[in-house]
Amino acid sequence: MGSSGERLFEGADWDFQTLQRIHDACEQVARKELGLDVYPNQIEVITAEQMLDAYSSVGMPLFYKHWSFGKQFAFQEASYRKGLMGLAYEIVINSSPCISYLMEENTATMQTLVIAHAAFGHNHFFKNNYLFKQWTDADGILDYLEFAKGYIAACEDRHGRETVERTLDAAHALMSHGVDRYPGKKTLDLRAEEKRAGERRQHEESVFNDLWRTVPNIKAKSKATLTAERRRALLGLPQENILYFLEKTAPRLAPWQRELIRIVRHIAQYFYPQGQTKVMNEGTATYVHYRIMSRLHQQGRLTDGNFLEFLQSHTNVVFQPEFDDRRYSGFNPYALGFAMMQDIERIVKNPEDEDRDWFPDIAGKGDVEGVLREIWSNYRDESFINQFLSPALIRRFRMFHLHDDPAESQGIKVDAIHDERGYRRVRRELARQYDVGFVDANIEVMDVDLDGDRRLMLRHTTVKGAQLNETDTRRVLQHLADLWSYDVALTEVDGTDKVLKEYVVSPRAAAVAA
Amino acid sequence: MHIVDRRLNPGSKSLENRQRFLRRAKALVQGAVKKSSQDRDIKDVLEGGEVTIPLDGMDEPRFRREGGTRDMVLPGNKKFVEGDWLQRPNQSGAKGSGAGEGDSEDAFRFVLSREEFVDLFLDDLELPDLAKRKLAQTESEGIQRAGYATSGSPANISISRTVSRALARRVALRRPRKDEIEALEEELAACEDETRRAELLALLEALRAKAKRIPFIDPIDIRYRRFETVPKPVAQAVMFCLMDVSGSMSEHMKDLAKRFYMLLYVFLKRRYKHVEIVFIRHTDRAEEVDEDTFFHGPASGGTLVSSALVAMNDIVRTRFRPADWNIYAAQASDGDNMTSDSGLTGHLLTDKILPVCQFFAYLEVGEAANYTFDMPDSSLWTLYERLRNDGAPLSMRKVSERGEIFPVFQDLFKRRTTSQERV
Repeated sequence: MGSSGERLFEGADWDFQTLQRIHDACEQVARKELGLDVYPNQIEVITAEQMLDAYSSVGMPLFYKHWSFGKQFAFQEASYRKGLMGLAYEIVINSSPCISYLMEENTATMQTLVIAHAAFGHNHFFKNNYLFKQWTDADGILDYLEFAKGYIAACEDRHGRETVERTLDAAHALMSHGVDRYPGKKTLDLRAEEKRAGERRQHEESVFNDLWRTVPNIKAKSKATLTAERRRALLGLPQENILYFLEKTAPRLAPWQRELIRIVRHIAQYFYPQGQTKVMNEGTATYVHYRIMSRLHQQGRLTDGNFLEFLQSHTNVVFQPEFDDRRYSGFNPYALGFAMMQDIERIVKNPEDEDRDWFPDIAGKGDVEGVLREIWSNYRDESFINQFLSPALIRRFRMFHLHDDPAESQGIKVDAIHDERGYRRVRRELARQYDVGFVDANIEVMDVDLDGDRRLMLRHTTVKGAQLNETDTRRVLQHLADLWSYDVALTEVDGTDKVLKEYVVSPRAAAVAA
Repeated sequence: MHIVDRRLNPGSKSLENRQRFLRRAKALVQGAVKKSSQDRDIKDVLEGGEVTIPLDGMDEPRFRREGGTRDMVLPGNKKFVEGDWLQRPNQSGAKGSGAGEGDSEDAFRFVLSREEFVDLFLDDLELPDLAKRKLAQTESEGIQRAGYATSGSPANISISRTVSRALARRVALRRPRKDEIEALEEELAACEDETRRAELLALLEALRAKAKRIPFIDPIDIRYRRFETVPKPVAQAVMFCLMDVSGSMSEHMKDLAKRFYMLLYVFLKRRYKHVEIVFIRHTDRAEEVDEDTFFHGPASGGTLVSSALVAMNDIVRTRFRPADWNIYAAQASDGDNMTSDSGLTGHLLTDKILPVCQFFAYLEVGEAANYTFDMPDSSLWTLYERLRNDGAPLSMRKVSERGEIFPVFQDLFKRRTTSQERV
């Protein structure tokens, strides 16, 4: 390793030694100054086309084949070619080793930025945030994806591509309702999952005996003894993880279809924490890269020119258009996250009186890195904003809260602004926008009519009067009915259990379950 | 840390997914291809290119919520205070901009490769079988020069290339020239001074050693001529598009004709490496024009079919020797012709045009949903019918709907193969 003060590189060109040097220099700052704890890093250099590739299969290096990824690719390629969209500088995968993709077109400065951002910022966040610890299995994910890919390909060979595709389409439609929102008995262990899948398959094959087909059906025992309560308890109802419920109880699915549903469910679960930590995750990574880059510049390892180039990209990334700007499309997680991290740094180092009132625990504490690490580990977007969005930042962003009630003829009400009376309300409302329990529709499987026509009954409890989009809902329910093989009913109710709307969908003739 | 260079194994993951997507979206893409080929020039059809398909044709539904009361926190407050009321965005205005945005989201364009495009184009028309048969008949392997290689058979050494590379190398490495050495040798022979002699001797020694180290011809200089086998088309083709543009030809009729020409072009392009197109339009006189003028240029006047045939005959005579060119012609007309022109037209066709043509199609175009075809045959149709009955290899069809173009095309080519056998 070169002594500090020695330039990491000159100009824009880089080679593999440069990358190694950059990585080592970033690591120094990351570990020594910021105290980061990261998975081992693996850096992969790819082309722009491969970057597009990676985009369209949700960023994963290996993924099963499905037409919707092809659609994504065509769509993204088209907007890229038209210049509507720049490519992300990086993609990083929550796995151990933590894989960061670097585009070959990037300049050396950009590679430094990306390594600092992804290989240290995101990497630390993945490894330490409680949601990721709880829900994802970084060691197992790549092997599991490999298994999923192989398994699905084998299913296609055995059962035909179309059948597999229909099952996957149906499972994808329900993907957002295939996660457990609250930690259950055990954490995910994908390696064991994969092993068990293999064993299940072997078991099926070993116990298969054609003779059993010829045994006459024995009359089922009277079900009258089974009370409704007991039955629902046995089925684990109500259940909000629809995919899980299907996998366990759908009466006519073939074993391999259950396995496909399981795969989609596991993947949905793996990505679940990412959706809940966008602001924090990007904020952390951006804060980390900013600290590392500034330090490297201070040490003289980056030239002023390189640093300016970095600052320009950095500024673009953390740009927050205002609400009346054409470019506005909600809060930019990079901007909000980075601003909050910096704000916390300020509060810890040089608090004002206001900050002491609001954040007695951290104001003036002095240990910026320690406080931040602790926050990075223990919060998700909703709780993070609810806890740490300061009045100073609300003022800086000039945030205001709008309440739009369609029944109100006067228009949209400005409910709170960035003033003494408004801080808490603005903060609470903003936090709520990031609350998954609030953002996703609350749909549960309520019951199955086992004595009758086996109709599956679901309920959507509406919040603030928002109902489901009818066209899409029918389509999703169609998929659900195809998997369930019997009628599916969805009831929308408001908070007082008043029924707002009912859907009933029957499975298609050529149902997924043959 | 571990660095992996993934660029080396591009094995595009997206290719398979893209194909699956295309397969699934086939009907949609085919519609788009058809539509886009409508607005294009004949030659561009083969280029592949962008097509637009609706995104929701391939939708992946999710439970989505909408409506209800909404709360939002926004950045960038300029002047509002708590309790202000904001005008709801004008309903119609909002719709307008919403629709605009929706458009870009609901449909997307993507680029089809040339092969994908033509396949989809022809697949819809169910041409492939036909095309393949023709292709197999006419392609043969040929050998073509393809630059130079560093290895090869001694018979293929390119002396001039080798020598010039050797020269460049010798110059670059400063190999002492022969006359330089000779000059020194002469000087040495003439020199008396001992110290100078030793100096010269050493210099000479160094030069000779250098000349030995840098050979006159080095194995790395050697270049071989490289040859490549290429599919060699048996011949080239020219396609004559003859169209009556007199006032009675409507846009619809021209569109029908254009589609026929397009098919013929795509078909020929698959069969021949080199296809020329000649556009001749005529009223009572004929002229050769470019594609744009051909289909879109305004022209009007009487009708004299023979004028087009005369023009074609002239062009064939001057530019396309029948011995070298396969000549195809398609004539589109609504069938009106001066009765007095019949004799000349018949004579030109049977004596001049048909003998040199591989294929001559006459396409009588009519208005959509028009009952003209129940009416007596047009004068041109009657004439051509008579010629055909006399044994002239003429293909003729009536078309009034877009959808009929392909069947007619296929039909014509089927007839052609039988008549070929007969001839």
